[in-house]
Amino acid sequence: MSAGRKRTLVVETLARVEGEGALRVKLAGGRLSDVKLEIYEPPRLFEAFLRGRRADEAPDITARICGICPVAYQMSAVQAIESAWGIEVPPAIRDVRRLLYCGEWIESHALHVYMLHAPDFLGYESGVHMAADHPDIVRRGLRLKKTGNRLMTVVGGREIHPVNVRVGGFYRAPARAELLALRDDLLWSLDAALETVRWVAGFDFPDFEADYEFVALRHTSEYPITDGRLVSSQGLDVPVAEYERHFVEEQVPHSNALHSVRRGRGGYQVGPLARYNLNYDHLTPLAREAARKAGLGSCCRNPFRSIVVRSVETVVACEEALRLVDGYTPPEPAAVAVAPRAGTGCACTEAPRGILYHRYVLDDAGLIREARIVPPTSQNQKTIESDLWRLVPESLHLPDAELLRRCEQAVRNYDPCISCATHFLRLTREP
Amino acid sequence: MSTTGTLVIGVGNRDRGDDAAGLELARLLRQCPPPGVLVLEQAARADNLLEAWRGAERVVVVDAACGGEPGTVRRVEAHREPLPASILRDSTHAWGVAEAVETARALGELPPVTIVYAVVGRSFEPGTHGLSAEVRQAVASVAEAIRKETSGWARPPSTLGAIAR
Repeated sequence: MSAGRKRTLVVETLARVEGEGALRVKLAGGRLSDVKLEIYEPPRLFEAFLRGRRADEAPDITARICGICPVAYQMSAVQAIESAWGIEVPPAIRDVRRLLYCGEWIESHALHVYMLHAPDFLGYESGVHMAADHPDIVRRGLRLKKTGNRLMTVVGGREIHPVNVRVGGFYRAPARAELLALRDDLLWSLDAALETVRWVAGFDFPDFEADYEFVALRHTSEYPITDGRLVSSQGLDVPVAEYERHFVEEQVPHSNALHSVRRGRGGYQVGPLARYNLNYDHLTPLAREAARKAGLGSCCRNPFRSIVVRSVETVVACEEALRLVDGYTPPEPAAVAVAPRAGTGCACTEAPRGILYHRYVLDDAGLIREARIVPPTSQNQKTIESDLWRLVPESLHLPDAELLRRCEQAVRNYDPCISCATHFLRLTREP
Repeated sequence: MSTTGTLVIGVGNRDRGDDAAGLELARLLRQCPPPGVLVLEQAARADNLLEAWRGAERVVVVDAACGGEPGTVRRVEAHREPLPASILRDSTHAWGVAEAVETARALGELPPVTIVYAVVGRSFEPGTHGLSAEVRQAVASVAEAIRKETSGWARPPSTLGAIAR
């Protein structure tokens, strides 16, 4: 590692994030000269694909953007269209949506915590290697994930790309018996989620904090999933309709993804830490106690501890799902009547990785004229890079392989769904 | 969704060109289902494979792969040997077939006979539908190979699960 020598460390494909991406760390003269998280995308592919389609196709089309969080895309889509058409769904339908979304949180968080991120903390190359040494732990994670899948299937009609969601509600409301059949699984899962918090709390966390601007939804009474106002740790508190007044996307030269910034300020962070910090008072008592025992206070600024917060959110999702299942009466009708008309509507929901914003401009015939979709990972992109800018100089003494592992772990703090941010997966191999 | 007989699982993504290879394979087999074989589709994600094949005695998994000449087919007896690192490693799915197979192996949950067919694709552009010519041809040949192979195994599964789509 002699001064003056240039090194470029490349992780050509990032393992264990959803999709593919490349990370380049450039060193010159023993110092960090550049960090780039490269995400490849033909710009705005799915947004272009939506133009001219019927509004009621948007949930299904956008669900294909992300195989991991299709529910998030559907929920943001239907709520944006409903906002354009002046529709407000009744509480019973809203509850079913929240329940479906709980399934996705459980499923996505369990997969990430167990199979994608925990291996980093325990020194394993992959979840597979971890499974060899800790089969029961991996089984627990997979079974927890399976509960989320089951919930999504019962409510959403299909595990991948749920087909039951429509503008106005659902094509079919699940029968009470179908949901009650999930109860035992949900009870087991709540225990498993609490065990998960205890497990990850014991990991070693680098001492790493930053003064992020956290951005999340905030609801008057609930931990936010399906709706709320847009708030930040720097005092933002606006209706979602003002999203584009405060956040703008910048094209970054080296990346085809767009980096989202707070106007006049810069990068910001969405996702579990943001939700936790901005809605701590709306955690359930059980979740708050689990967080406390895991060493979390009311505010967490260490992105490496996101794995703990994600686990706490899994507790929240299990509890919420049980509450909603226990109180469930099938909404009748399963969907409210809709009357297409020209208009513009937008919505934000809390995908597992953070706020997901949709806006649609619709014409008289109910066709989409314009679509804008801002995924959580593209909103975190700038923050991920700035974390790396700080982290790499502190880790330069490490051998290359270890340095890159540290960087990858730091990227995985954000559980980036690169396939969403890019709407696209791409693979390159340098000869 | 489990069966104690023979499963064929086509894994893939219909919206990404040659990534639909496994799904197309499943569709072909279903046109004339091999006797005693349950044919499933597993869309996009492989992390549900462990559930799909739980309890099965024999499973054949088909998926697209990157790297190599498009249309090349690799067949691996995964119950005998680990999947080669080059196969299916660069998965377009969040958690690929390789991870599912190797995790199942580590957990002792790999079906006694697990065959993996990897079909090298040419193009995986999102939003594109349809297979490239060499992949289409390869998928047809894999379907034939599976028919031949499973006819030697044929016996009705003791439980038939719902077909996953």
